[in-house]
Amino acid sequence: MKYLAQQAINALQLGSIYALIALGYSMVYGVLTMINFAHGDVFMLGAFFCLLLIAIVPVPFWLALIVVMGATAVLGTLIERFAYRPLRNAPRVSAIITALGCGLVIQNTTLGISPYARPMPHLLDNVTYQFSGITITTLQIIIIGVSVGLMIVLDFLIRKTSFGMAMRAIASDRATVSLLGVPANQVIAVTFALGAALGGAAGLLYGMAYPVVSAAMGITVGWKAFVAAVIGGIGNMRGAVLGAFLLGAVEVMTVAVLPSTYRDLIAYSLLLLILIFKPHGLLGKPALHKA
Amino acid sequence: MNQAIALDVKDLEVRYGGIQAVRGISFSVNPGEIVTMIGANGAGKSSTLRAIAGAVPHAGTIRIGGEVIRTDHPEEIVRRGLSLVPEGRGIFANLSIEENLRLGAWTNREAYDVNLSKVFGLFPRLRERRNQMAGTLSGGEQQMLAVGRALMSRSKILLLDEPSMGLAPKLVLEIFAILRDINKAGVTLLIVEQNAVMALRLAHRACLLELGSITLSGSGAELLENPKIRSAYLGH
Repeated sequence: MKYLAQQAINALQLGSIYALIALGYSMVYGVLTMINFAHGDVFMLGAFFCLLLIAIVPVPFWLALIVVMGATAVLGTLIERFAYRPLRNAPRVSAIITALGCGLVIQNTTLGISPYARPMPHLLDNVTYQFSGITITTLQIIIIGVSVGLMIVLDFLIRKTSFGMAMRAIASDRATVSLLGVPANQVIAVTFALGAALGGAAGLLYGMAYPVVSAAMGITVGWKAFVAAVIGGIGNMRGAVLGAFLLGAVEVMTVAVLPSTYRDLIAYSLLLLILIFKPHGLLGKPALHKA
Repeated sequence: MNQAIALDVKDLEVRYGGIQAVRGISFSVNPGEIVTMIGANGAGKSSTLRAIAGAVPHAGTIRIGGEVIRTDHPEEIVRRGLSLVPEGRGIFANLSIEENLRLGAWTNREAYDVNLSKVFGLFPRLRERRNQMAGTLSGGEQQMLAVGRALMSRSKILLLDEPSMGLAPKLVLEIFAILRDINKAGVTLLIVEQNAVMALRLAHRACLLELGSITLSGSGAELLENPKIRSAYLGH
């Protein structure tokens, strides 16, 4: 029982990080029906921005979080503006290739500057608490708390604000949104900024939890979050969160009973299995094709 | 500056790749008028409206209230008081009715409450269902929502693309009656229709579009009596 509770905390930690990244994939898919394959690399850069920042000036955790989110938000907007927007009306395969290309450019630039994995310094005093035999660290509390906090803020933005309303409307009919006088390009840019900021926050948190930062993180972790978004039903925000926590739980439980090399096998098998029975993901709805 | 003209279109051309959909048409709409454009499928009616609304690139000169429009951004054109109710209505099915209306008011948020009660006055059914998802509305109600949503932007000129499409005859009558009321309240209307009888009865002036060119124009009553229109478009 204690063992299970302990694993549940680990699963929540991993799931929260996956969820933050998965939301970025899902938001962009929601407004543009495209997979932003560079998103995993924005996540990775979130961790590197943090390394860079504390190498220049040692800042406390909260300030690092804000700066990293700001920097990745700017990066996300730039990617949208200069890589994706010119291809908005191009065939979909061009946008997909461009996204993959963007990701590879970011990844290999990072690899060129930092060929080796780097340790992430401690940003927090990590205290370990014991509750009737279950241990939880300050870091775990912060990771889960910050992630859940950001998800609640995002949920509020999407459901209650004008921006969120416009975002949901763009997902259903972009051409009509412009006809109403809504600046659709700005809304799309803000969507990328928000998604990238969440990805950047996830990069920072991941770097703190598993304190080795490398250029390959965008693929090893970022694509896992993409799997989570697809499992949940890509385009659906709550689905992304559900898929992420499910994937986190499955991975943690796999490592608990099997050698850790089985982890990715199980994760990707889960994706295939769910897609066979629910091709649109757990909470996704079949796309309505316009006549 | 000619303030007498609400909308003035000169030598409008629209091309899609090698296909020319609109071949240099000119027409104007006076303030408070209802003008209708009739014609067969593919005559260029929708392209004309979409070009005026800034949704497709075009050549030629478009003036709104005397001012030349130099933009292809639909947002800019909405801010100048011209809105298009698109073909197929363009309702956001996954948003509530009130959210659809709030989006319509994007460029005119100050007058939101006033306009909302006006729109609910015109379409009481929308008020009853304001918190429902718009996708649950019937076709006629969706058309009402599309018109109401365009009115939220304080449009002085409303372009309507096939408002009767896919609606039962009784609902078509209802929609056209409301359009007449909207016009009486001071909104200028440019309506594109395949339902020529209804449109010509409503309109002050009308024109016939064939293969991208205007081939006939006159008052609504004149076109209703025109033998060519009677045989080709009214089935008499």
